[in-house]
Amino acid sequence: MARITIEAEYCKACGLCVSACKKGVIRFGGGTNAMGYHAVEPDETKGCVGCKLCAVVCPEAAIEVYR
Amino acid sequence: MEKVYQRPKTLAAAPTRYCPGCMHGLVSKLMAELVEEYGIAGRTVAVLPVGCGAMSKNLFTFDVVCAAHGRAPAVATGFSRCAPDKIVFTYQGDGDLGAIGLSEIVHAANRGERFMTVFINNSTYGMTGGQMAPTTLVGQKTTTTPLGRDPLTEGYPMKMCEILSQLEAPAYIARFSLRTPAGVRRAKEGLRKALEIQLRGEGFAFVELLSICPTNWGLSPENCLKWMAEQSEKVFPEGEYSRAKEVK
Ligand SMILES: Cc1ncc(C[n+]2csc(CCOP(=O)(O)OP(=O)(O)O)c2C)c(N)n1
Ligand code: SF4
Ligand code: SF4
Ligand code: SF4
Ligand SMILES: [Mg+2]
Repeated sequence: MARITIEAEYCKACGLCVSACKKGVIRFGGGTNAMGYHAVEPDETKGCVGCKLCAVVCPEAAIEVYR
Repeated sequence: MEKVYQRPKTLAAAPTRYCPGCMHGLVSKLMAELVEEYGIAGRTVAVLPVGCGAMSKNLFTFDVVCAAHGRAPAVATGFSRCAPDKIVFTYQGDGDLGAIGLSEIVHAANRGERFMTVFINNSTYGMTGGQMAPTTLVGQKTTTTPLGRDPLTEGYPMKMCEILSQLEAPAYIARFSLRTPAGVRRAKEGLRKALEIQLRGEGFAFVELLSICPTNWGLSPENCLKWMAEQSEKVFPEGEYSRAKEVK
């Protein structure tokens, strides 16, 4: 069992984490943050395995991983 | 559940000043992680360039000094000679290091100065709007090479690792591509080697990181990764070009 958190206020919706996640966990969200970006969000139903690939590539250090 | 990946405390609690997908944020994160892991925030100095990389001054919570364009190796030389207990790294783009600052980096490397250089190669002058850099690929369109870089008039991309590896003094010279998560991990291990050389006081180390500039390449971050695989990694292959010598 694993999960990630994404700090929406740091996210610039670059999509690098979306490309990195082999499990399709991360999706572009609906909300807009203070910078005006549509931050990404985890889909809790998709079965995150805690591999950290998303967090490793995030240039904003917005993702934290729990396992 | 246990936290297995976290944002380092050596990064300020704010978003970066970089464009979406810009790998300057990624490189700065890697350096901040290493500074935290080794517990050296109190004695680390980042010498920042002129170029987008200077915006990491708002990001690092440890000491930074901003050098004039291309002069980070000269400032780092002075700093590490006068304060040998400090861990010093320069953080430089390809315009800063390969064009205006070319002689500074070559001579600092040749002297085997005790600092490490983190070289962010995004094949363009990012900050000033995407002009040709020494590292721009043959045929690559930039604002100053609108028809693509022509070697006849603009020369060929300069391979800094290969050039510097002809020198005797450097302890470590390597290039990594940040295109994939595995590449980012290899890059961090390369940066770790360079940092450990600093901790042991063994001299100059140079790590080139192949990066992207989505804004000036005019591509989405995802398409930038494709361009790296198809174009820039072919010209700038990963590798360790010079390894630490036996220190007597
Ligand atoms: C002496 C001087 N010449 C020119 C400039 C204009 N200038 C600012 S940044 C830059 C190039 C930056 O390119 P690079 O080093 O590749 O950094 P990037 O922004 O791509 O990370 C130039 C030419 C300047 N600030 N100072
Ligand atoms: S990599 Fe980071 S900044 Fe980019 S979309 Fe994912 S969480 Fe947001
Ligand atoms: S930790 Fe792995 S599985 Fe979970 S969201 Fe990140 S990349 Fe996907
Ligand atoms: S202009 Fe290019 S190098 Fe500068 S912050 Fe934007 S993407 Fe990064
Ligand atoms: Mg550049």
